Amino acid sequence: MKAALVRYAPLLILAAAWEAAVRSGVVSELVLPSLTDVVSAWVKLLRGGDLWLNTAASLYRTGAGLLLAIAVGGVLGITMAWWRPVNALASPLVEMLYPMPKSALIPVTALWLGFGDGSKILLIFLGCMLPVTLGAFNGARASDQALVWSSRSMGASRLRVLWDVVLPSALPEIMNGVRTALALSFVLLVSSELIAARSGLGYLIGFLGEGGVYDAMFAVVLTVAFLGFFADRVYQRLERRVLRWRE
Amino acid sequence: MAGTSQIVIDQVSHTYRPPRGREVLALQDVSLEVRGQEFIALLGPSGCGKSTLLYLVGGFLPATLGTIRVDGKPVSGPGPDRGIVFQHFALFPWKTVRANVLYGLEKLGLPRAERERRAQAFIDLVGLHGFEESYPSHLSGGMKQRAAIARTLAIDPEILLMDEPFGALDAQTRSLMQSELLGIWQRSPKTVIFVTHDVQEAVYLAERVVVMSARPGHVKAIVDTRFGCSDPSVFKSKAFVDKVDEIWGLVRDEALKAQGNQSP
Repeated sequence: MKAALVRYAPLLILAAAWEAAVRSGVVSELVLPSLTDVVSAWVKLLRGGDLWLNTAASLYRTGAGLLLAIAVGGVLGITMAWWRPVNALASPLVEMLYPMPKSALIPVTALWLGFGDGSKILLIFLGCMLPVTLGAFNGARASDQALVWSSRSMGASRLRVLWDVVLPSALPEIMNGVRTALALSFVLLVSSELIAARSGLGYLIGFLGEGGVYDAMFAVVLTVAFLGFFADRVYQRLERRVLRWRE
Repeated sequence: MAGTSQIVIDQVSHTYRPPRGREVLALQDVSLEVRGQEFIALLGPSGCGKSTLLYLVGGFLPATLGTIRVDGKPVSGPGPDRGIVFQHFALFPWKTVRANVLYGLEKLGLPRAERERRAQAFIDLVGLHGFEESYPSHLSGGMKQRAAIARTLAIDPEILLMDEPFGALDAQTRSLMQSELLGIWQRSPKTVIFVTHDVQEAVYLAERVVVMSARPGHVKAIVDTRFGCSDPSVFKSKAFVDKVDEIWGLVRDEALKAQGNQSP
């Protein structure tokens, strides 16, 4: 409890400074509503149900996009590392797409799939697949020859070795890639919802902002920030658990 | 099968091409026969292709020329009849000691109770009782190699391929492991091909020592090294010391040649 207090002290100080700056009039309420107003707006949003619905919509999109990205990216990266033809075919595409700002695809996915869930899921999938692919590729390529041979000599088929040896060997790098993808997915989610959506947290931020309801808008911005933070924490726990053999 | 040739290596050559560079002839015209339940050592300077020869018998690499037969059948790939132990243990780091040993038993398709029983028996055999749930990263080098040996012995291969298995261990652990290996081999004989560059180790463990030349590797001499004694005191006996000297003489020339090869 005490450790947690010390750890989050900077946040508490920031919150206090925020409240003080607005109350004292140093910062105008038109630019930054006071923290207490934001919190009460947040409670109102929760009671009204809007926040729940839009959070659910957003989480569904991130979750689906990320899961697709992990599945396809993982398989693609490992097959690229294991079969030359796949690598020759896919690696120029991966290299070309990697540095591209994925937010540029927002209008494209909206054009293809409209304003609903599909366009967000596709965008997050496309944006988040590459870090996972690269992690899987590098991890799989570095898998130890002696482990592969051990597995083969104990009766595993060539294909089975991918599951038994190459995937677990690549797992630390894959999990690293997924963490990058997780952060990226929130960026893509909110920006695409701001631009082309009729639901979701990004949409809610844009809608409240245009309506001038700034305390509620800030409440949603903070919600997004906490969701991102919380997701990363949960992920780090999962990672430590899955990779506990490395300690 | 004792007494007959179980492994026949017939005029085998192996070339490989490094990622950048010209083809390298690693083995040239190697012929060797190994009897069932015989313990032979492949001895030679580093880079002579002795490990490559082991990998060819294991079926991990293809012979460029010539054939290798095991029990009369040409080797076309790896299989559980030929177990292998590597210098750097090659334990699955994400599996516990028990899960590592169970891995090969699962591949054999044994019933669960039988798998568990056999895994425990071999873990006990190599003295790892109490470390069943440890991950390899928590074990010392010697313990890792014990676990790897247990994993390979558990699937009961007729042939045991050992690639400098004690090369990464400290001197005390190495000599302990050597006599333990001999003990295991005497209790349940298997055909063993043991790769090493340590002359004493080769003479102590093997019934015959195959001395290989510098690259391209071929068989330079085969020396009979049976002493009928696995007691470590054999190290001090005259016969043992003379045998080590004799083989040292053969290996030294090749080691010097190998060094010459490396300079431009």
